[in-house]
Amino acid sequence: MTQAVATRDEASLDTIVLYTVTGLLALGSILATAFSPDPSFRFHGYVMIAGFVTAFCVMSVGIGSGRFRSDPSRYSDGVVRAGVIATMFWAIAGLAAGVVAAAQLAWPNVFYFPDAGWLNFGRLRPLHTSAVIFAFGGNALIATSFYVVQRTCKARLAGGAWPWFVFWGYQLFIVLAATGYLAGITQSKEYAEPEWYVDLWLTVVWVAYLLVFLGTIWKRKEPHIYVANWFYLAFIVTIALLHVVNNLAMPVGLLEAKSYSAFAGVQDALTQWWYGHNAVGFFLTAGFLAMMYYFVPKRAERPVYSYRLSIVHFWSLIFIYIWAGPHHLHFTALPQWTQTLGMTFSVMLWMPSWGGMINGLMTLSGAWDKIRTDPVIRMMVVAIAFYGMATFEGPLMSVRAVNALSHYTDWTIGHVHSGALGWNGFITFACIYCLVPWLWKKERLWSNTLVEWHFWIATTGVLLYISSMWVSGIMEGLMWREYTPQGYLANAFVETVAAKHIPNIIRTLGGLMFLVGALIMSYNLWRTIRMPSTAKAELESPIAAAPAPVAIAAE
Amino acid sequence: MSERERDEHSGIETTGHEWDGIKELDNPLPRWWLWVFYGSVAWAIVYWVLMPAWPGLTGYTKGLRGHSDRAGVAQELTKLDAVRGAQGARLKSVSLQQIEQDPELQAFALQVGQSVFGDNCATCHGAGGAGAKGYPNLRDDVWLYGGTLDDIHRTIQVGIRSGHPQARGETVMPAFGRDRMLDQAQVQDLTEYVVALSGRKADTAAVGRATQTFADQCASCHGAGGQGDLTKGAPSLTDAEWLYGSDRDSIREQIWNGRNGVMPTWEARFSPETIKALSVYIHANAGGGEEEVAAIGGATAR
Repeated sequence: MTQAVATRDEASLDTIVLYTVTGLLALGSILATAFSPDPSFRFHGYVMIAGFVTAFCVMSVGIGSGRFRSDPSRYSDGVVRAGVIATMFWAIAGLAAGVVAAAQLAWPNVFYFPDAGWLNFGRLRPLHTSAVIFAFGGNALIATSFYVVQRTCKARLAGGAWPWFVFWGYQLFIVLAATGYLAGITQSKEYAEPEWYVDLWLTVVWVAYLLVFLGTIWKRKEPHIYVANWFYLAFIVTIALLHVVNNLAMPVGLLEAKSYSAFAGVQDALTQWWYGHNAVGFFLTAGFLAMMYYFVPKRAERPVYSYRLSIVHFWSLIFIYIWAGPHHLHFTALPQWTQTLGMTFSVMLWMPSWGGMINGLMTLSGAWDKIRTDPVIRMMVVAIAFYGMATFEGPLMSVRAVNALSHYTDWTIGHVHSGALGWNGFITFACIYCLVPWLWKKERLWSNTLVEWHFWIATTGVLLYISSMWVSGIMEGLMWREYTPQGYLANAFVETVAAKHIPNIIRTLGGLMFLVGALIMSYNLWRTIRMPSTAKAELESPIAAAPAPVAIAAE
Repeated sequence: MSERERDEHSGIETTGHEWDGIKELDNPLPRWWLWVFYGSVAWAIVYWVLMPAWPGLTGYTKGLRGHSDRAGVAQELTKLDAVRGAQGARLKSVSLQQIEQDPELQAFALQVGQSVFGDNCATCHGAGGAGAKGYPNLRDDVWLYGGTLDDIHRTIQVGIRSGHPQARGETVMPAFGRDRMLDQAQVQDLTEYVVALSGRKADTAAVGRATQTFADQCASCHGAGGQGDLTKGAPSLTDAEWLYGSDRDSIREQIWNGRNGVMPTWEARFSPETIKALSVYIHANAGGGEEEVAAIGGATAR
């Protein structure tokens, strides 16, 4: 990324500190790799050496040629542009892994690779979930938060070069996590599979992220903090807390990959689902609501529906969500009273979640015609609708009587995907459709027709996916609980698997369509970036300048 | 405060703040939203009063309904005994042979056996019990560790090379090639010899060269004529049943690597009556003609 006009001759202090830290990390990773007796640890050591040494070399050249100087009178958007590209890259990777995993369930004999163990379903499945949640979703959150916090605070990102550390540090975390899954380096905690040293690295990156975000809010030139920033901050702070507590572990050795959790038995399970559920709550809900709170009013050019609702639903959501984790452990060794609390708090969570839906949808009042004319607005509306549906279905499934049928079935998979594809996927795509013309200074997107195609293919894909999973989940649940008159199971497990064959094919097709939509989008964005710019000389927007006009006009 | 800007479209006041062009309306909380929220909180409170809910320093609030998952499971299990009734109780006390002689009890045992087989044994032996490469077929007449009711019962109970102190697996097939007991040419010749034993065309020169090797290395378990000893798990090499495949490559690989199959012990997982019922089920399915198998395993073949 080309940086703005230099205002100072020497590299600033933040750059020098970052340069030193990178050098030390490069040295440290070389030493750790050299002395480690554990091949798994050495494998990741090489990945870290590659990352840190490359970063160190790039910085050496960059500092020498003055590329690290920044112009304090302009927003720092280079890191946001990088984030947008990374978001789309990981979207394609994560969705593709999901399609392969789905195909493995639909045709287990065809997509079975006995000679390539790292392609087994057991390795690909966590790769898929983490790639879409943390790589795709995480990059979308970091990129949009960096964009939104600057605009709504009228301040350049704090920390000079450190937002770049957050960006690249996060990518290194993703690569370490992903290669770890494929190589079988895992602590076997769902959505928290990476081993202790990767967790430590993410903690460092996350604290840097928090400091950059807080620093930017600290130097804001607006009297109040915009609602989107509350949600971003809740997301960053809570994820830090969840991540640190759930990953408390003792490594076998300082240069060994393996570690043992600080928790055991049912305490481990509860901690894990306190983490897992709130990753949904604070990563996939609070963080993405923050995106909604900026991009929906911005795109619709309408005021947010209700300030009061945003306050009440924010605090009720934050307070209630953190209790809901035990509903993942109904009818297990978890004490019944804990299950009661998890269930009742999940039901109380229904309206706080819907507060965001109401505020998002009602913001469009006065601009409803844009659903017809602007496919990006339509994508936002569908995203919010899926959000509303998933946050109703969640409390419903947390009720023990319903959970007795739905637990461990494909219904859960359908529920997760109506949220992940319908809400997180669509709201992210819509935000990126907004951001790319703004960030690259284009009048509009290259093709609105392609956005239409993306919208309809992906929407159909999501509907195929979730309806096939409802059918297969409920069927499977009913088959599991069917007894013979003598009180023995009527169906062998493998019979329930065989019965799911057709739904599994439909879900693979649905996932494939969602992937195709993302590919169409990437092509459209690439052509948009290659279009002539409106402002040729300056890619970086001056602070508090009027934003680029909203691009709606069809091609 | 009355000087605040009004939104032209809705006529609602804004809060007077603006961020990057975004304003906020001062709409009240939607009434229905607020009441449903209150309703769900009230429902939760009622639920807490009725059911086990809040922890204290010593235990937790038990709830007015006195509901307990543990007590519920215990009740269900008692009910199950009632449902299974006399047959279920008799299964515990009578011998394997007695089960087979009583058609009513046998029918009950077959139901139990089928259910247990489908969720535990089918993984390796196939849903219909027809087996796969390395996993014995349970529907034919060939039984490596004996096919009587008692043999089957014992195999299920202690397993084969399972780590159980009484586990079966008396014989071990050595890895003649991998462990350098025989060289490549010898293994090649021996393969031809084994092919010849099962009555197929083989290279006679190779068979001649392997005769002594077979007598030295193989006959102690498989017998001089290759007929095996099915009570000890030494397969016959003269029939058409091949656990690891009948073609030359498969036979050569078995001589070279000497795979020794493992079957888990089920003693810790199943109750004694379940193992009995399973033995009866497997025994009933085995050996018979197609018709009998279809009649018994009708539901499995669904």
